[in-house]
Order: sequence, then structure tokens, then C-alpha cells
Amino acid sequence: MGERPRGELDGAPVGRRIVLGLLGLGAVGVVAGRSVQEGLSHLLAPVQLRDPTGLTSLVPLGNTWRYYSVTGAVAPRATSAYRLKVFGDVATPAMYSYADLAALPQASFTDTFQCVTGWHVPDVPWSGVRLADLLDLAGPTADAVGVRFRSFDGTYAVNMTLEQARADDVIVALSMYGEPVTHDHGGPVRIYSGSMYGYKSTKWLDEIEVTTNNLPGYWEDRGYPLDGIIGE
Amino acid sequence: MSDLVGVDRFTPAERFVHRSVAVLMGVCLVTAAILYNGSIMLAIGHRHLVELVHVWCGLALPVPMLAGALSAAYRTDVRRLNRFTPSDWRWLRSRQRRDGTIAVGKFNAGQKLNAHLVAGSTLVLLGTGAVMYWTGLVRLSWRSGATFVHDWFALGLGLLVIGHIVYALKDPEARRGMREGRVSTRWARAEHGAWVDEIDDAGSGGFEARR
Repeated sequence: MGERPRGELDGAPVGRRIVLGLLGLGAVGVVAGRSVQEGLSHLLAPVQLRDPTGLTSLVPLGNTWRYYSVTGAVAPRATSAYRLKVFGDVATPAMYSYADLAALPQASFTDTFQCVTGWHVPDVPWSGVRLADLLDLAGPTADAVGVRFRSFDGTYAVNMTLEQARADDVIVALSMYGEPVTHDHGGPVRIYSGSMYGYKSTKWLDEIEVTTNNLPGYWEDRGYPLDGIIGE
Repeated sequence: MSDLVGVDRFTPAERFVHRSVAVLMGVCLVTAAILYNGSIMLAIGHRHLVELVHVWCGLALPVPMLAGALSAAYRTDVRRLNRFTPSDWRWLRSRQRRDGTIAVGKFNAGQKLNAHLVAGSTLVLLGTGAVMYWTGLVRLSWRSGATFVHDWFALGLGLLVIGHIVYALKDPEARRGMREGRVSTRWARAEHGAWVDEIDDAGSGGFEARR
């Protein structure tokens, strides 16, 4: 029948070992996690792309997209109704329809989307109009130093310096993965900047203003660095 | 001893700690789901607000756990949860663990395991979360690692909490112990026999008739 333990308080301190073990596991994961994730991603990408159930998106397997919105639900905008305004300290302000943008020369390349908090999605095929081309068409005035992007979510805005905005890997993106940019990814038109953290790549792009200053944007007001170049 | 009297199981201080941790943990898990899942995020939005609630509830989570140390009863129970006796290992391996053959103290081995998995995971989530929130603390590849660890530990902790709630739902008397502090002697004998024997031996106030 029932046996008596030798007093519950005399046993081995297994609980403490479990806590220390988990802390050790966590520390190893922080240092090695990026490589482990990379490996998992390569193994799982073919499965996830063909997963009709969507179940794999519930589990943090591999490098998955995280979708951010800083306001309430954003109303989708049809490509037919889409307009991009380029204005500010420029010689020639302009209004582009989606068809106008699609008719301009398209730059295509594959690059990582890197969030400042750490998550990233490698090898994303991007395509769109180089921002440098739109800026050349607009003709910034001599005292222009910055570019401000605003989203049609009504809240989001972020700056780049005029020099950063002219980089080859900054595009007004019309397509991702060879398809039009989806609403969830900030479509029909978003910014993508390959050398900068994701918060510089404005979703649901509404207007581009050339400015004589470089004011902090939405996340920069909340602590992120004004210079969003991806670091080591 | 009468079954009407029952046994004191948790003091008001312990119940207060449990309730505070439960509320904070609940808010952390709900906000985590919003932040992690794309469909929920895009429907609800307001990421910064959700993020602030998540981060500050997470940072507050250890406060009641540590404040509990002011109570002697809480400290004793933390010590009980920490210590594994040989019969705890037998209990974990046994298929008849619930039939009362293996002596169980105030906490069974599953509760001890759960308590420390939750405590350890909470600390890991706290550390990795801080690294993700204050992006200047460590280099980018460690922030990626921290995100990886945070995701998996959050999933694990979520499952532990769901398991904890499922066991509680199946046992009204255990819930009463945490809600009102007392349990019936019959339940205590069936589930935690060695604990009842211990109280009997000590002749302590556990069974003292109140009125």
C-alpha cells in the first residue's frame, strides 16, 4: 500500500535544474537560432509553399512573414483606383496611376526582408520602379535633403535621406514572388528597401514627399533609429 | 476528523499570486496571438498598442511571483515544488499514478514539472523579449535567434497553460482549493495522501475545526 516519502522537502532540487536547463537552452538558441532557422527554412520551404491547409503558418517553422498594421483594419485599394502622389520640394510634382507605374522601367532582384526585431525572410523576388527614377522625373530642388513616405492607412509615415532613397535597391514595389503585391503585404504598391530594416519599407504607399528635413517617422518616434540601415 | 471541515491548501497570499499571474499570463498569451498571427494582426491592427500591453504585462509577470516570497507559506510551497523524491519519479513513469498506490505529497510530480517549466519558460521569454524590444542591446543575428527562441518557448508555454487549465476544469475540488483556499479531506486523501499524513503527524492546524 501507500509508502511514505522521506519528507517532501528532502528530494533532489530537480525544479531548479529544469529552470537552469531551460535558461541554457534559451541562451544557445539566441546565439545559434539564426542558423538553425535557416536550416529549417530550407527543409520546409517546399512544404510550406504547397500547404493548402495553412496549418504551417500557425507554427514558427522556418522564416515566416509577420504582417504588421499600426492602425485598425486597412481598407484594401483596387489597382484601378490606385494613385501615387509625388510632390514637395520638386520641380515637377506628379500623380501616377498603377498603369503609369507599371509602364515605367521595372527593376527586379531577390533580397531579404529584414525586420529590426530579428525576424527575416530571405530570397524574396521583388520587382518595381526604382525610386531614383521617380525622383529624377520629379527633380528635387537644391535644398531638398529627405524623402517622406506616407501610407493610405492614414497613420504610417517614414523618412529616408534623399541619398538613401536614390540607392539602387530602393523600389516602389509592384510585385513580390512574381505576383502583384497582396493587400496583406502592403499592396497594391509598397516601398521595398533592401539595405534597410523593414520599417523603412512603407506598406500601402500613398504619397512620396520630397522634404528639406529628415523628421522621425512612426516607429522612429517610438524608439527605432532614424538611420535604418541594416547593421551587423 | 470530519470531511465537513476540510484541509487548508492555499493561503490568501498564494491565491493572490496565482490570480495575478493568471491575469498577466492570459493577457500575454492573447496579445501574443495577435502579434504573431497575420490574419488576426491585420484584422485588429494597432500593433504598437498591442505590443506595449504585451511587453509590460510580460515584464510584470515575475513581480507577483517574487512578491509571493514575502509569505512563508508561499516559500514553503516553492521548496516543495522544487524537490523531487524517488516516488515522484515512480509517479511520472507509472500508468496507475492516479490510483493512490504511490504516495503523493502536497504537489504531484506533474505539478512540480509544470511549475518549473512555466517558471523557466517565463524567464527565457522575458530575456528574449527584452532583446527583441530594445533593439540596440545585441547584434542582429542574436535578435534573430531571440525571435526564434521566443516563438518556440511561447508556443510551449501556451500549451502548458492550456494543459493546466484542462486539468483544472476536470477537477472542481482542485479549483476550489485555489479559489477558496480549502479542500475536502476526502479529496486531499485521494490526491495528496502523503500531504494529509504529514499534516496529521505534525498535528498542525490544518484540520482545526473552524466554529
